[in-house]
Amino acid sequence: MTDIDKTAGEQPAPPAGPEAIRAIPVRHYGRYVSAVIAIALLVAIVYAFGQGQINWHAVPDYFFDDRIMTGVSKTLLLTVLSMLIGIVGGIVLAVMRLSKNPVTSSIAWFYIWFFRGTPVLVQLFLWFNLGLVFRYINLMPLYKDEWSNFMTPLLTALLGLGLNEAAYMAEICRAGLLAVDEGQTEAAHALGMSYAKTLRRIVIPQAMRVIVPPTGNEVINMLKTTSLVAAVQYPELFRYAQDIGQNSGAPVEMYFLAAAWYLIMTSVLSVGQYYIERYYARGSSRQLPPTPWQKVKANMLSLGRPKGAVGA
Amino acid sequence: MTDKLSKTDSVPKQSSVPMVKAEGVHKSFGPVEVLKGIDLEVKPGEVFCLIGPSGSGKSTFLRCINHLEKINAGRLYVDGELVGYRQHGDKLYELRDREVAMKRRDIGMVFQRFNLFPHMTAAENVSEAPVQVKGVGKAQAKERAMQLLERVGLADKAGNYPSQLSGGQQQRVAIARALAMDPKLMLFDEPTSALDPELVGDVLDVMRDLAESGMTMVVVTHEMGFAREVGDSLVFMDGGVVVESGHPRDVLTNPQHERTQSFLSKVL
Repeated sequence: MTDIDKTAGEQPAPPAGPEAIRAIPVRHYGRYVSAVIAIALLVAIVYAFGQGQINWHAVPDYFFDDRIMTGVSKTLLLTVLSMLIGIVGGIVLAVMRLSKNPVTSSIAWFYIWFFRGTPVLVQLFLWFNLGLVFRYINLMPLYKDEWSNFMTPLLTALLGLGLNEAAYMAEICRAGLLAVDEGQTEAAHALGMSYAKTLRRIVIPQAMRVIVPPTGNEVINMLKTTSLVAAVQYPELFRYAQDIGQNSGAPVEMYFLAAAWYLIMTSVLSVGQYYIERYYARGSSRQLPPTPWQKVKANMLSLGRPKGAVGA
Repeated sequence: MTDKLSKTDSVPKQSSVPMVKAEGVHKSFGPVEVLKGIDLEVKPGEVFCLIGPSGSGKSTFLRCINHLEKINAGRLYVDGELVGYRQHGDKLYELRDREVAMKRRDIGMVFQRFNLFPHMTAAENVSEAPVQVKGVGKAQAKERAMQLLERVGLADKAGNYPSQLSGGQQQRVAIARALAMDPKLMLFDEPTSALDPELVGDVLDVMRDLAESGMTMVVVTHEMGFAREVGDSLVFMDGGVVVESGHPRDVLTNPQHERTQSFLSKVL
């Protein structure tokens, strides 16, 4: 048979040479056993909760309640804004900390020492009660008001969460900056690039690979930590859920509802994180990792048990 | 011959200003003295080879030339100007980072480990510095980058990231990147030491081509063949001092010093 004779529908005859291997794959019985045990446990837990004295109908009833939706949007707003403060502050602090200037590096060290060393709830109360120290805010030409008018619950919450986050982000960013090979800085300097340009164009883009994964962690953490700001009179998802629970006589059910919403939001954020990581991986690996959808497609194709056929 | 003597007051009178001039250069890392008084002179348009065993200070000296390392004693001049300092009377003033960066624009450097920017394509690597440092327009810089990649034989790899290139290709991109700044002096720090033997030739060809175009080059190398063929001067360093210097052919075929003889008998 010559190559030209090949027809599309027919199985092409294998070219002369060693026969393709058709071995029986190793059987993993442990996987079946563990899967059965896990499913059984899951069913038992779900059944137990279903039988419990919980009014499950209350959850769907209030799931898209206006107050819950307001709470969700406020939680997201708080997360995004305080993470923004955190990331920008963190990068600035990390650069300050690594600076040759002893003054800026000491300031950054002190900042991190304080904001990382005290609980975020305490810091929130601190911002909340700052009116005891300052009575007026007076930015001479720009703005002048009583402190209590200036320090709204939203601003209190943002400062409390964001400035605390900046301290953590500073350490994450510092790790990222240190992870970039020194040769990169040298190459940039040898080309005549200034310190600032080198940092912005060469070092930070490469540091992002190291910075993004733990930052994703921080975002998810922040999303949940926002539930603390009820303490400074800023209502968000958790507070609204609690309120509804107390008024409707289904307090525990509303905790489940809130948990479900937090899970939904963190899931969406995790997907976003994946794509950001993929973006910053460009150039560092020869081939970009597959997107989840590509992975699913690949798994679907190989789902069938291999029948001991290789290269068929 | 360019006459820059009027501009500089601290260089001995000569018909042409040496591109690099070292006078008793000392460099220590903590208690370890790496350079113990280096005196040498690189003429414009010359290919100047530095050879010697590892740890002899050749790379350190090279890095001193563009002030990646600060020297502890002596004087180092590039094109008649002090490296890293300004002299007023008998006082030396450290240059600001910005001023050091200005001087580095004119000195290209090629590293042993390439040090390409991994998050940029080959073309972006080459056009980055002209755009960011010299303020060249993006389109113009890209066009120039393509010309330079063409010159090093990599026009078809312009869109590839460094991780998608072989070592030899990466090093040629690195040379193009340095050339993009139109340097008057090129420093090569063992440019072929991290390469597979098969790929060394391509890089050396590019360097040979560059030498023929009249570029002043200081090359730290273990490629004796290249040094003999292309080099105009050669210095053998050991233990932080210059042991022997002269024309590559003379030094390599007829070394006078015992230390040079034993080194060359091992590498040739």
